[in-house]
Amino acid sequence: MILLRLFWEFFQVGLFSIGGGMAAIPFLYDLSDRTGWFTYTQLADMIAVSESTPGPIGVNMATYVGFRMSGIPGAVISTLGFVAPSILIIILVSVFLHRFRGNRTVENAFYGLRPASSGLIASAALSVVIVALLAEGRSFGTLWQSMRWPAVALAAFLFIVTNLKKTKRWHPIVFLGFSAVVGMLFRFGGA
Amino acid sequence: MLKKLGELFVSFARIGVLTIGGGYAMLPMMQNELVERRGWATEEEMMDYYALAQCTPGAIAVNVSTFIGYRLVGVAGGVVATLGLVFPSLVIITVIAAFLGNISELPAVKNAFAGIRVAVAVLMVNSVIRLARTAIVDWKAAALFAAVFIGSVFTAVSPVLYIVAAGIAGILLKTWEVKAK
Repeated sequence: MILLRLFWEFFQVGLFSIGGGMAAIPFLYDLSDRTGWFTYTQLADMIAVSESTPGPIGVNMATYVGFRMSGIPGAVISTLGFVAPSILIIILVSVFLHRFRGNRTVENAFYGLRPASSGLIASAALSVVIVALLAEGRSFGTLWQSMRWPAVALAAFLFIVTNLKKTKRWHPIVFLGFSAVVGMLFRFGGA
Repeated sequence: MLKKLGELFVSFARIGVLTIGGGYAMLPMMQNELVERRGWATEEEMMDYYALAQCTPGAIAVNVSTFIGYRLVGVAGGVVATLGLVFPSLVIITVIAAFLGNISELPAVKNAFAGIRVAVAVLMVNSVIRLARTAIVDWKAAALFAAVFIGSVFTAVSPVLYIVAAGIAGILLKTWEVKAK
């Protein structure tokens, strides 16, 4: 039964990809090798689509493959398969955390985890900043030349607006929508 | 309880539809929706959940959603928050797979997303500043932050290792602190 198979295969991808979005990609290549459900090219296209659509890459890939294999039920079942291990494991971890709340050792571990977690997020933010503001093939030696100045100007404007008292509480969609329009008007993608 | 589950689903669907670029890019939307608007979580909780979400299996966005949903309404909450989060992706990707082919090649889409990436970058920088203010409580925390940041910028080590090492470092540092007193 193809639906069961889809559920099980994406359950495994969800179970083994640890460390966020891109961690799922090696397992998706493996899935392509074993099942032939999609080609490497389709996977590469899907990675590109995932960068410009909402949602985690694993969820998007599960939906895409599931839909191509057996329509909407396939899309739903594959996606459920992908998120099922997360739900199970996170609930177990939550139960554990709840039981050990106030435990000195657990609290001390979190004292170290918080700055580390922020450090990882900061590094993810930096790579988004680089992609958004620098031309491709950039290097720090030629930082000045590789700046995409219109994008830098938009970023500076947004940084001010998102920190001004009057406007900082605006919903993020306002800033995303505004930037999409600016990007189209000034051909930010070079297309 | 049903009403609360409905609210959870809607909130996480709103976060899901705005999360372009995966789990990390979701952070500003989560802070806006969950911390500021709803008051369902604190900055510290967001950081704790992000830390754990990075060293547990699955997508970070999914893991954080399950954590928060479970904390608010129990098992049903964990399930509903996650379903809310993935619902927009499910709809959008199905539509793309069914009708649109490769929309990311269209010039207008390319340009729009190049613009959106700038906004995502700025929102993420703001989020990092907020988190760092909460996380960096003393010089030792500052050193851990710097070590992990520099390490993950210049090497390709899995985040799992940083999280595990930082947890152990936290326990050791605090134990020495107590002994030194």
